[in-house]
Amino acid sequence: MYKLKVVDASKIFRRDGQEVVALQATTMQIPAGRFVSIIGPSGCGKSTLFNMIAGLIKPTTGKILLDGQNIVGKSGYVGYMLQKDLLLPWRTILDNVILGLEIKGVSKREARKKAQPLLERYGLQGFENNYPPELSGGMRQRAALLRTLLYDQDVILLDEPFGALDAQTRLQMQGWLLRIWEDFQKTILFITHDIDEAIYLSDDIYVLSHRPGKLKAKIHVELERPRGEETLLSDNFISLKQKLLDLLREEPKDNGTT
Amino acid sequence: MVQPEKKRYIEDEKKRQQRMKRIVFGGQFGLGILVIVLWEVLTRYEVMDPYYWSSPSTIYETAKVAFLEGTLWDDLVYTSLATLAGFALGTVFGSFIGLSFWWSAYYSRISEPYLIAFNAIPKLALGPVIVILFGIGFFSKVMLAFLMTVIVTALAAHSGIKAIDKDLEKLLYSLGAKRRHVFTKVVVPTTMPWIVSSLRINIALALAGTIVGEFISSRQGIGRMILYAGQILDIDLVWVGVVVLSLLSMLMYAGTVSLEKLLLRGQEPKQ
Repeated sequence: MYKLKVVDASKIFRRDGQEVVALQATTMQIPAGRFVSIIGPSGCGKSTLFNMIAGLIKPTTGKILLDGQNIVGKSGYVGYMLQKDLLLPWRTILDNVILGLEIKGVSKREARKKAQPLLERYGLQGFENNYPPELSGGMRQRAALLRTLLYDQDVILLDEPFGALDAQTRLQMQGWLLRIWEDFQKTILFITHDIDEAIYLSDDIYVLSHRPGKLKAKIHVELERPRGEETLLSDNFISLKQKLLDLLREEPKDNGTT
Repeated sequence: MVQPEKKRYIEDEKKRQQRMKRIVFGGQFGLGILVIVLWEVLTRYEVMDPYYWSSPSTIYETAKVAFLEGTLWDDLVYTSLATLAGFALGTVFGSFIGLSFWWSAYYSRISEPYLIAFNAIPKLALGPVIVILFGIGFFSKVMLAFLMTVIVTALAAHSGIKAIDKDLEKLLYSLGAKRRHVFTKVVVPTTMPWIVSSLRINIALALAGTIVGEFISSRQGIGRMILYAGQILDIDLVWVGVVVLSLLSMLMYAGTVSLEKLLLRGQEPKQ
């Protein structure tokens, strides 16, 4: 039984009388509790795919099934986090984290009580009552992820969450994310441009190709968990990286394949 | 290299700031005093004609009489209340109009040119119509102050609406939010700094509206007092009116600044 199924989902826009294919019919089957990365050049329809799964846009064809139930066009069934932290600057960190619960109708007091231990456990203790601009980029991303987590959906979509962070913070955040994933047993879909990041974090990597976006390959990552810094230097890691680089280099048009 | 025997000089940032603050404040205060003293001296030695320019001491004496024996106090209360009522109505109503544009892109785009056209009308020119419509009483002054402020606020709120981060809306929808959630949790707080930035302009505009309303026709108010004093060539009393209005305006300005702080709680006002 798969947690999330994307069945023949495609997205076509019409612009200036011409049809633009953002994503060709794509099928994915993701078992519960997996960490799945999606990698590909800019403009390969990764974000389109996420917007469809999150129910923010409707696919032109196909279905999105969550636990066998069709969630096409229905938002609020999966957690979604973007590259920008999108914390509300007029709310404290604590009140930002409880946003999803508030929308669900949980009272502020109860929601805060639920969020407090999470903040303490995952590296935001002492910052509960700070406002977002007072925190570093990494800290803000933590808060944004905890907000998604507290919303408590089984599937979480992360759209390049660490894209704007410096290399060192990024490494820290990757470790932190793995810890959370292990603690909460969520199914995570993770968009990234960074091959190292994709291998380090994932069980499976989906490679998408450039416009029109199309699923090109699915690669299983056989690296033992827990993974540490030494994983990044293992032979297995290097050969996987080579494979992915080759896949991405086969692009017909050389357009920012990093 | 060894530093020669010399006292170390450490710059103390806090002290420097305090010193700067002291000098600025002293300078501001001093400049005010200087203007008043110059005014007094120049009119006393008739370099400036005291008939036209009056003088601080005469204004003070005239004001004292007007407060104690005349109706200046009542006039002041009348003008203040009309201004504040018009300001409050205009701000609240204008905010509603501006915020309502978020709900429908069609409605927003269809109304926008009319909003801008209405903003271009010199509202004070409508004064006689307003007085005929609403009478010469308190309410016509409130209406003029209201008209002066309502569109300014609506336009400010509208700019705020346009500046809303689409990704923030997207985030809220992904959290299962309905439109009303997005409205209360994102739209209103994002727009607040824009609305607040219109407050300072609005309080002065509202006062101008009230005064013109009183000029046109009124039984009370500082505007009426000034008009009356002008007609009987009591220029000292005109000056009293102007000075009292300036003080009122400053006081109201200070009031809006504290209102801003209350409404924003940490955010910056936007233009």
